[in-house]
Amino acid sequence: MNSLKRVILFGATSAIAEQTARQLVAQGASLYCVGRNPDKLTALIDDLKVRAGSQQCIDGCVADLVDHSRHEHLINDATHVLGEVDGVLIAHGTLPVQQACEADVAMTRKEIETNALSVISLLTLLANLFEQQQRGVIAVISSVAGDRGRQSNYVYGAAKGMLTLFLQGLRNRLAKANVDVVTIKPGFVDTPMTADFNKAGPLWAKPDQVAKGIIKAMQRGKDEVYILWFWRWIMLFIRHIPESFFKRMTL
Amino acid sequence: MMPRSWNRLPRVDPDRVELLTNRSQPLDSNLPRPLLAYGNGRSYGDVCLTERGTLMLTRGLDRFIDFDPNRGVLRCEAGVTLAEILALVVPRGWFLPSTPGTRLATVGGAVANDVHGKNHHALGSFGHHVRALELWRSDGRVIECYPEEGNGWFRATIGGLGLTGLIRWVELQLIPIQNTWMWVESQRFANLDEFWTLSRRAEALWPYTVAWIDCLAKGKAQGRGILLAGQHAAAQAELPVFKEGSKRMLFDPPFSLVNGLSLRVFNALYYRQSVKPQGGLSHYVPYFYPLDAIQDWNRIYGRSGFYQYQCVVPPREAEAAIPALLDTITRHGEGSFLAVLKTFGPMPSLGMLSFPRPGTTLALDFPNRGDKTRRLLDKLDAIVREAGGTLYPGKDARMPASLFQSGYPEWEAFKDYVDPDFSSRFWQRVTS
Repeated sequence: MNSLKRVILFGATSAIAEQTARQLVAQGASLYCVGRNPDKLTALIDDLKVRAGSQQCIDGCVADLVDHSRHEHLINDATHVLGEVDGVLIAHGTLPVQQACEADVAMTRKEIETNALSVISLLTLLANLFEQQQRGVIAVISSVAGDRGRQSNYVYGAAKGMLTLFLQGLRNRLAKANVDVVTIKPGFVDTPMTADFNKAGPLWAKPDQVAKGIIKAMQRGKDEVYILWFWRWIMLFIRHIPESFFKRMTL
Repeated sequence: MMPRSWNRLPRVDPDRVELLTNRSQPLDSNLPRPLLAYGNGRSYGDVCLTERGTLMLTRGLDRFIDFDPNRGVLRCEAGVTLAEILALVVPRGWFLPSTPGTRLATVGGAVANDVHGKNHHALGSFGHHVRALELWRSDGRVIECYPEEGNGWFRATIGGLGLTGLIRWVELQLIPIQNTWMWVESQRFANLDEFWTLSRRAEALWPYTVAWIDCLAKGKAQGRGILLAGQHAAAQAELPVFKEGSKRMLFDPPFSLVNGLSLRVFNALYYRQSVKPQGGLSHYVPYFYPLDAIQDWNRIYGRSGFYQYQCVVPPREAEAAIPALLDTITRHGEGSFLAVLKTFGPMPSLGMLSFPRPGTTLALDFPNRGDKTRRLLDKLDAIVREAGGTLYPGKDARMPASLFQSGYPEWEAFKDYVDPDFSSRFWQRVTS
């Protein structure tokens, strides 16, 4: 079992990360939260401070994670504030408009930058830190969209797919250092990011449900997790549809 | 799923539903008008509904902002529920100064309806304990409101049915407690006459009092029931262990499970339950929130929903008006699952449209049987009107405009504070 007493959250103001933060604080954790929107980050940190016990430390920093030059400083500051780091959750991301990306490659590059490259930059630094301390858990929110390219959102899918592959390699490398790398594939989640979808139906999970799944997976050092169990089977099926047939489908 | 109110009446859909998550973000000028905040859907009727425009869901505004555990002062966003507040403050020795019969209401909703609880005669209503709140107007103005200031924004917003703008945060003064338990005495009374005497005596001694009455009992037994008096328990050497259970109503029955037969059985059994005149400990959850133990309990009334009817009649008229109301109900062959009777204290409410006022309040719910039920409610209206009483907007889906206007004489002055971009189905109904 990985202990989660001191945790860094990137993209902390996202709905999933905020619920994760609340649950971690309820379990006695100290947190360092990184978020892009200063108002939202302040609101989050104030809230967590009210919830936290007197021995817990809640701190954070505003940063746009697309700016790689700040990554090293952020990690150093977090390590300094927390003393040591037991776990990291990387949760930032955007949901691109597929049509906009099809019209403009600059848009595609931007989405890949946000959803994949900025995460890979953080992971590169964090991997070295965790490898050195020979323990800990790194969790990243990837997506079921990264399991197979589909016409409806393959830019997002490609970015998340890159993450999933990168994490597989990293997991393989860090296993020798006793460090767990967890790939989270939440499926559909009812958050502001998916505000434009019709969310009726059993496929949709609530952010607090996802948060619970994330914490459990981090504690147990899981590898790749689907939060709702049936997604594993849905994606297994989707991955095995022959390409010659799949290319004519509209998924 | 479109937002509904708790009694599932009326069923009206807005043009748009928007989840608010960031308290620093001004109201979006692109949202279709009118605007209205919707909290956790625990009011009955249409104060939280609109047929056009945008319902802004405030449950995404669920953050605490500041808590001073030494003074018991809490500031939080408007979409935080009372349950979430209790979970935070109770272990630190504080409690809500006023609470309705559900802890699933939001703070914003509690302010907008100026809700009350079993301790009204001692501590007033929810609004009496609000130290400050912030209002966002559709023109971009941000107004901080305090009870001591004279410009009217506070008085308009307490009990203001969410019409004065979006309430973004609220600061509350809590009350101290020793533990999570209540000391409760229950006593049976054989009729209304006994209730008046018993209730007067209990109010002088206890901070919390409420009575449940069997509204099917007739004649000499009319108004028989059980009076519950309580106070927060003193420090105890040893406390019992409390384990909270949770049940859920899983489906919509094809017809209301509340009907003539089940009402008769339930009311008779309830009246015969064992009472504890010598007193005993009860955990605060079952004491204050018995119905919260069954999630989605409103579904027992089936898909057609039910009507809540809560009126207040002035002290001088109460002893005549309450029996008249009960007579009308029994004669109509209707009954209410839980009829609740409570005397409000003399403390004037702070809001221009606050419901609590000196007198006796009776709360009832009736399965919706269409015109038959509405005819009964019209008859009850006549008695309330005659007695100079009024109805509770937060529990109303049908009162005529004239009854609202006579019961809330400040409604025209209140209009000056209504945000021009805000409205509700209730407001359109009672001001037309």
